[in-house]
Amino acid sequence: MSKVRVLVGTRKGAFILTSDGKREQWDVSEPHFAGWELYHLKGSPADPNRIYASQTSGWFGQIIQRSDDGGKTWHQPGTPPGEQTGPGGMPKGESNKFVYDTSAETGKPLTTHQFYDGKQHPWEFKRVWHLEPSLTDPDTVYAGVEDAAIFRSTDGGKNWKELSGLRGHGTGPKWQPGAGGMCLHTIILDPSDAQRIYIAISAAGAFRTDDGGKNWRPINRGLYSKYIPEPTAEVGHCVHHIAMNPSRPGVLFMQKHWDVMRSDDAGDNWKKISGNLPTDFGFVIDVHAHEPETIYVVPIKSDGEHYVHEGKLRVYRSRTGGNEWEALTNGLPQSNCYVNVLRDAMAVDSLDKCGIYFGTTGGQVYCSADAGNSWAPIVRDLPAVLSVEVQTLA
Amino acid sequence: MIRVILPQHLRTLAQVGAEVTIEVEGPITQRSVLDALEARYPMLRGTIRDHVTLQRRAFLRFFACQEDLSHESPDAPLPEAVASGREPFIVIGAIAGG
Repeated sequence: MSKVRVLVGTRKGAFILTSDGKREQWDVSEPHFAGWELYHLKGSPADPNRIYASQTSGWFGQIIQRSDDGGKTWHQPGTPPGEQTGPGGMPKGESNKFVYDTSAETGKPLTTHQFYDGKQHPWEFKRVWHLEPSLTDPDTVYAGVEDAAIFRSTDGGKNWKELSGLRGHGTGPKWQPGAGGMCLHTIILDPSDAQRIYIAISAAGAFRTDDGGKNWRPINRGLYSKYIPEPTAEVGHCVHHIAMNPSRPGVLFMQKHWDVMRSDDAGDNWKKISGNLPTDFGFVIDVHAHEPETIYVVPIKSDGEHYVHEGKLRVYRSRTGGNEWEALTNGLPQSNCYVNVLRDAMAVDSLDKCGIYFGTTGGQVYCSADAGNSWAPIVRDLPAVLSVEVQTLA
Repeated sequence: MIRVILPQHLRTLAQVGAEVTIEVEGPITQRSVLDALEARYPMLRGTIRDHVTLQRRAFLRFFACQEDLSHESPDAPLPEAVASGREPFIVIGAIAGG
């Protein structure tokens, strides 16, 4: 029978929630990496037992953790479980090392971007926001980091190398941090074209490579951001998240700072699909596993009030690819609710009856086993949830 | 032997207790102690000092013998009591945040 494994990153550790295909009874793990911020965990599509985790701390910096047994045990890549040191000073601890590319052969690496005050500011590594394992190779994984850049490891997370063509393509000095920092938070691998990768940065916008990460270009035409000096600028847009259904890799859905958008041409052009949403500010967006025109968002009141609108936790679903939205409220609190749902905190499983999952800053993780018609909390009292991913297991 | 006291989260990461003892060759300085600590516990690389610049991370401080040594030169000799093992070299996290 099928099973699901939900990977939850929180402000104070990671939790693994498991259930059978009914998704009614859940086992909730003890905290992993207790006390640390877990920005993101994600399993390899090529080997579900391989899970990568970003463990981070304002005090101690960035740690990459890896599990090869479905989250039962963890180790820093390069350091076998239970072993602390290696023979001959083996370079363990390298997995924590994210160093911006300054090599001559990769062009003219940038050293500054725009800061909050408009001045140029040096690039400084802070943390890994998002880990995206390869669709085909368990040892290849991408990392989206703050200050914005994309790194790749091809040895299971031991060593990381920047794909510096992104920072170096020309618009980097115009990128600036959003309120949460200048983070590269979205990485989407095109299942039909191994050379094509989409990424998004807050607040720079969306970008695409068609040659495996060597060359990149902005894909923000159609975005309108009234809060920046040039609302239709090539870069500078605060994209919060992008989602794609693997069956239609050229169709993208975006939750921007304000505005919900879609592109039908791999990001070359975007159009607004906010329609009848009560507010089109928000962070998460996702697509039904089997219905590529069914999308989900959680509207947030405003950029100044980061909680759900009218004290009601409502997921909005469109079955028409946008513009026409319905509120999904069955099982969700409809009064006195003031939580947020952060950008990586929604996921879908691929069971026949598609399951939708999301986590809140109030520590609840909700599941709908019927594509959003009804919801139930899996767990109510975790630390603030930063990310939710789900693995559908045979 | 040099005694080093680590903050709780680094103890967990390195799978050690509150205090570790390490052999340090040559002059006993912040740099030589931290080099030896990271060689013995490589998972701590980058968590106390920046990987590249080897600068102390902003929210960590170094103490020994009731003195804040955080702003001392990394190559300055540590107090004799640390070098002889009578007192520990303490890595401490700033009390900030939740």
